Amino acid sequence: MTRMMHQTAYWPILVVAAAFALLPLGLTSTALLNFLSFAMIIALAAQGWNVIGGFGGQFSFGHAAFFGTGAYAMALLQVRFGVNPWLALPLATVLGGCAGCIIGYLSFRARLRGSYFALVTLAFAEVLRILANAWSFTGAAAGVLVPLRLDPVHMQFSDRRAFYWLALLLVAIVLGASRFILRSRFGAQLIAIRENEDAARALGVDTLVVKLKALAISAAITATAGALYTQKFLYLDASLAYGSWISVDALLAPIIGGLGTVFGPLVGTLVLLGLGEITKILFAQITGGALPGVDLVAFGVLLILCVAFAPRGVMGLAARTLIKPRRATS
Amino acid sequence: MSSPLLSVQNITKQFGGLTAVDAVSLDAEAGRITGLIGPNGAGKTTLFAVISGFETPTSGAIQFAGRDITKMRVHERAHAGIARTFQIVQPFAGLSVRDNIAVGAYLRHRKRDAALAKAESVAHAVGLAPLLDQAAWSLTVAGRKRLELARALATEPRLLLLDEVLAGLNPSEIRDMLPVIQSICASGVTVLMIEHVMQAVMSLCDALIVLSQGRIIASGAPAGVARDPRVIEAYLGHGASERMQALASEGPHA
Repeated sequence: MTRMMHQTAYWPILVVAAAFALLPLGLTSTALLNFLSFAMIIALAAQGWNVIGGFGGQFSFGHAAFFGTGAYAMALLQVRFGVNPWLALPLATVLGGCAGCIIGYLSFRARLRGSYFALVTLAFAEVLRILANAWSFTGAAAGVLVPLRLDPVHMQFSDRRAFYWLALLLVAIVLGASRFILRSRFGAQLIAIRENEDAARALGVDTLVVKLKALAISAAITATAGALYTQKFLYLDASLAYGSWISVDALLAPIIGGLGTVFGPLVGTLVLLGLGEITKILFAQITGGALPGVDLVAFGVLLILCVAFAPRGVMGLAARTLIKPRRATS
Repeated sequence: MSSPLLSVQNITKQFGGLTAVDAVSLDAEAGRITGLIGPNGAGKTTLFAVISGFETPTSGAIQFAGRDITKMRVHERAHAGIARTFQIVQPFAGLSVRDNIAVGAYLRHRKRDAALAKAESVAHAVGLAPLLDQAAWSLTVAGRKRLELARALATEPRLLLLDEVLAGLNPSEIRDMLPVIQSICASGVTVLMIEHVMQAVMSLCDALIVLSQGRIIASGAPAGVARDPRVIEAYLGHGASERMQALASEGPHA
């Protein structure tokens, strides 16, 4: 019986992944495929954030630090060291995890919680952005260009769908990993820390180690998203890699989708980016011109609505509307 | 007599200029229920915080099962076998009762199935079984107190520190809780409890320690301690003991 329960827990993930995998077979629009590929990258970054922010309750405002580290690692390993991207990708993941360990150790050791932790992570991301912008090794303000070599050996595909499937595969793996964490001892301890850190300590949870592990995993996932970003656009500069835009996206998506849920980051990303695109298109049609940042205005409105009316995000809203009728009849 | 499971040796805890606990030494004998009583602000909870590792003592040492644990961190003490409840209950509010208790059970059971099974059996032991799937925030005060107890028990402690688990309960709820605490002790767990409900203290405890203004003013068998003039004065004020004796010598009132 328990064996069956273990399996059923992963069913929805397989179904969702399969549905997303089949999507490009019916759709031929390049714009839509680009949108989906980009959404998968952001979803992956958001999934990473969700591990420390959603499960662990430690709100990072600076996941750009990890996204950028992964992105630069991917670019520089290829350009400066001639490493094959298929090897550079896992290396970027590991380097991101290391960055998470360092930043985590420095801030958790100092017992920073809540807004103090948020501010410190923001500061780390900004420091890295300024460094990357100044250092010649990272290409300074000019950025890094990864040479175009359209060959699967170099993780560059002439068929755009291949990249989408690669990104989707990673998102699906992290969906599974998130479910696994939620059902593990580590996950239970991490959630206990989110709910009440002192009570968790009293029950024998080594809060420093658990938070460090969580941030390392979180950072590694977000760094992988950064590496994919490099490989998709083949160009990087400091404000793309370490810019606050990705910190904001990685944080907003899980909040809007459903904090600490398995599917929240993915759902939130699609809502967030979808709304952003629609806003930009509508604004362009109505005024006849583009206004950079108009999508951020929509994000802000969405966040306020979410906090006010759906504090548990889209996933919470869905659960509520699905369960309500049953309660009414009972 | 065998050596005590817990031995607090000359513990002093100062917060700035305030001495909350002043050179306190006490023992908790294995397999017994020891009560720690005293007026508000006597330093009982601070002493608990020092024993469980949430506060480091200004001076003094703590021995547990023959080991010096004075420098151990909170979670290491939990591993060693010390569990505590909080006077102000600290549930994992968003989680179910089952998941709350499971966090404690995970200390000694790494597998999810084992931890959940342990959580269920502890819930049965403390009378929370019907509420296993309820969210912790939806529990009554009595339920939350039981949850505190259950979570601590799930860590399979050798020493259980109970900080006013009966406070805020009505008389019938207290009556329900007494056998639970007795059965915990009967199962081999040593209990050190802070309690204000005297009826419970007198019926439960094998030994009593009275703390007042950070110092131990009396200790021993419950009946003797309750008659101790210093204890009566600590609770009721200077001269209270004499007045009570005077009243008692006038003969029993109808």
